[in-house]
Amino acid sequence: MTRGMYVRRRLLLMLPTAFGVTLVTFFMIHLIPGDPAVTMLGIRATPKAVALLRREWGLNRPLYEQYWLFLSRIVRGNFGTSLFYGSSATGLILRASLVTLELIVYAVVLSVVIAVPLAVLAATHRNRIADQAVRAIPLVGMGMPSAWIAIMLILLLGLKNHVFPVAGLQAGFIGHLDSMFLPSLTLSLGIAPLLIRSLRSSLIDAFEADFVTTARSKGIGEYRVLIRHAIRNSLASSLNILGLQIAFLISGTLVVESVFALPGVGALMVNSIFRRDFPVVQGITFILALAVILTNLGTDIIHSMLDPRVRFE
Amino acid sequence: MAGLSSLPPPLTSDELQRGRGSRRVSPNLVAGSAILLVIIGLVLAAPLISSYSPTALNPLQALLGLSMHHLLGTDELGRDEWTRLLYGGRVDLEIAFLAVLASFVLGTAIGCLAGYFGGWVDVLVMRVVDVILAFPFFVLVIALVFILGPGTKSIYIAIIATDWVSYTWIIRREIVAMKKHEFVLAAAALGYKHTRIMLRHLIPNCITQAIVYSMSDVVFTILTIVTLGFLGLGVPPPTAEWGSMMSDGQQFITTHWELATFPGIIVVITGIGLSLFGDGIADLLRVE
Amino acid sequence: MTDLLLSVKNLRVELSTRRETVHPVENVSFDLAQGETLGIVGESGCGKSMMLRTLIGLLPRGGRATGGQIVFQGTDLLSLNEKQLRDVRGRSIGMIFQEPMTALNPVMQVGEQIAEGPIAHLGFTKKAGRQRAVELMQQVGIPDAVRRLRAYPSELSGGMRQRVMIAMALACEPKLLLCDEPTTALDVTIQDQILKLLLELQASTGIGMIFVSHDLAVVSQICQNVAVMYAAQIVEIGSVASVLADPTHPYTLGLLRAVPDFDNVKSVLESIPGIPPSLADPPIGCRFRARCSFAQEDCAVGDFPLMLADGDHASACIHSDSCRAAAQADPIIGARAAR
Repeated sequence: MTRGMYVRRRLLLMLPTAFGVTLVTFFMIHLIPGDPAVTMLGIRATPKAVALLRREWGLNRPLYEQYWLFLSRIVRGNFGTSLFYGSSATGLILRASLVTLELIVYAVVLSVVIAVPLAVLAATHRNRIADQAVRAIPLVGMGMPSAWIAIMLILLLGLKNHVFPVAGLQAGFIGHLDSMFLPSLTLSLGIAPLLIRSLRSSLIDAFEADFVTTARSKGIGEYRVLIRHAIRNSLASSLNILGLQIAFLISGTLVVESVFALPGVGALMVNSIFRRDFPVVQGITFILALAVILTNLGTDIIHSMLDPRVRFE
Repeated sequence: MAGLSSLPPPLTSDELQRGRGSRRVSPNLVAGSAILLVIIGLVLAAPLISSYSPTALNPLQALLGLSMHHLLGTDELGRDEWTRLLYGGRVDLEIAFLAVLASFVLGTAIGCLAGYFGGWVDVLVMRVVDVILAFPFFVLVIALVFILGPGTKSIYIAIIATDWVSYTWIIRREIVAMKKHEFVLAAAALGYKHTRIMLRHLIPNCITQAIVYSMSDVVFTILTIVTLGFLGLGVPPPTAEWGSMMSDGQQFITTHWELATFPGIIVVITGIGLSLFGDGIADLLRVE
Repeated sequence: MTDLLLSVKNLRVELSTRRETVHPVENVSFDLAQGETLGIVGESGCGKSMMLRTLIGLLPRGGRATGGQIVFQGTDLLSLNEKQLRDVRGRSIGMIFQEPMTALNPVMQVGEQIAEGPIAHLGFTKKAGRQRAVELMQQVGIPDAVRRLRAYPSELSGGMRQRVMIAMALACEPKLLLCDEPTTALDVTIQDQILKLLLELQASTGIGMIFVSHDLAVVSQICQNVAVMYAAQIVEIGSVASVLADPTHPYTLGLLRAVPDFDNVKSVLESIPGIPPSLADPPIGCRFRARCSFAQEDCAVGDFPLMLADGDHASACIHSDSCRAAAQADPIIGARAAR
């Protein structure tokens, strides 16, 4: 099987999951206790408005028809109208996604910059002080709520010392880098402990592997052994782990964007929840799930490119 | 759902046979247990430790700062921070432990059935698991809490509905690997009923990974509950809860940093205790 | 008399783990001349692999040489620091391992792995390295070498991978090749091919070889001399012809008797009763005593270093006469001696 066929096959396998995601997202509305239309409209629930909403959403029709309506809309990228803004939910979400995408990329870069040197340090100084210190990081770090990390960073780097801005998105490339630094750092500190732990572990495994003994028997310098043999072998599995952490990063944006007042998808979700803007919440839930599925697919493909042992079978 | 990908592979037959040798009580276990006992003890003994009320309003006593009378100061409504921290612990820890326990039981049961019977049951269950795993965990939880309305019950349902999948995944994988071992064939050959095989033979061998995972799951769940509280979607006020305390304290960060900082610190310490305890359990049960 | 390429004297190795301390190499001494092939035979766990690794300082964590000398081309390797030792490795001493699938880097092309030595030691450019790799691959008998340069280890068969390993080890034209059970993991037919290859290479390059194996038959095919190792010590050493026809140590005798011989079918396969002693807590006196049918009271105490029996043939057994007599009496061994 060639790589092209492999990709196509993975895409096909993705379909049932995507289908299931649409089902879950659809049923979300119907889980609402009581009459969905009344709950959605809240105070604005006049009988006329309720009837209008019921017609627009097809709530009077049988379930499978409603689902078909929903599915056909989603496929065309239509998530309905925002109850708060009155404009297209899809438009809102897409605009916000750009900001969030930037945030996530920034966070991934920062987390790699933080995690890789520390993991290499720990793996090459195994069981010595540097290693013990680095191993303490996941222990402490994995119990830190990202909200708390955000608050602490704001306190230490934003307010007391005015090093970085603490709220809002500033215009321009430098403005973006500047105002997104603290939020991205918060996100990256959230996943860095796990990255450090797995990278260190896979480096140690690589170091003890037979092929490293062979490399050493050729008299290759330790630095070269590290870079060309140990890290190269850890690369594939580390990228895999990183890919899986993207889902975690996405979750993290909800808190981080709210705290730092960034106009991204996470903040939009939280705000829409408070405004009871169902269409937007539903749309975001679906899109984020889709993003995770696609990221996993991408990670698999990149993994297969890096590791020749993956047989396209 | 941290760390499913980094779980070790299922044991081989040989490893199983060798397994039950000497169990070691490691320093991790001791340290972790110590920390947990202290925290749980403090939290449970809250009424005995502090005479203040966690919810009564005392506007005159607002924002007093650290002192001998108020170890960690008071919040903007005059409530003693230290007391709220202790009572808040009751809320957060209770929900976290119970939710994880329920997810554990539910997930293990489903995973066991799926793995053991295989066939369409297995396929169906794993499709459902895949779909739920496709959603970013917190996004799904928060959407469910939103739909079900505010309140502690919604939090339980949202967490359990999202968390059971991890246990199903773990247990099913173990059982599928274990089915190939001879002792399962032997049990079937002896004419044992399905439930007997599942309960007395398969599960005891598979459960250790799930137990070790559950420790980090409790940490993760505490973080989830705290984050929900922080965003204002958690346990409703005036109940003390670490997350909402952080959110309330955020407004006063420049003048009274202690209000937002200490709830986070105690979450971190609890996390450390649970992680050490989890590592210790893993050493004890000899899971690498 | 040719100059000695390698001279090992009284080598002692210690291996400490959290649980115990073991001495896998105890007072080992042997010499190797230029162009000579020495086989080291012994069962699993007798310390032969550890001994080989000690020669170039590749012991696992917790292992170190605690005594003796390893004189290679006039220099004691044990006195060198890590950097100096690295210069020797690959450049002057090459090593091949047992399991080529794990010993080769799975995510690196084989051409690159072969060229790595010359690039690191001899200052070859990438292009020159590639050319050298092609030459070497042809030398070891890998067909279609130019295309195979870019192959990954997982794309090659077991025999090919072992050839790649040999090419890697010979890349910088070392004077000594260490072989750690290189044919054990291979099919018998492939094993044969690899042994033939090693013999050819030895004849054409004059390289010295130390060949470690548990298989006496393999060693006898390829080596001129053989040392028999038991429980971390060398118990017998001499030319292959001499040791096989006239074993002077009861352990060697036991090994020879245990080999099935299709020309003289016996009704019962003889094995040596008992198990080897623990290297963490070795017994006093002769370590083979518990399993030896010639053992007597004076075997229980003292050290038993190698003593010359005959020409270059040495033994650690103080009762080698009885052993040799028994060997002559044995129909198979005696027949071989007569040949």
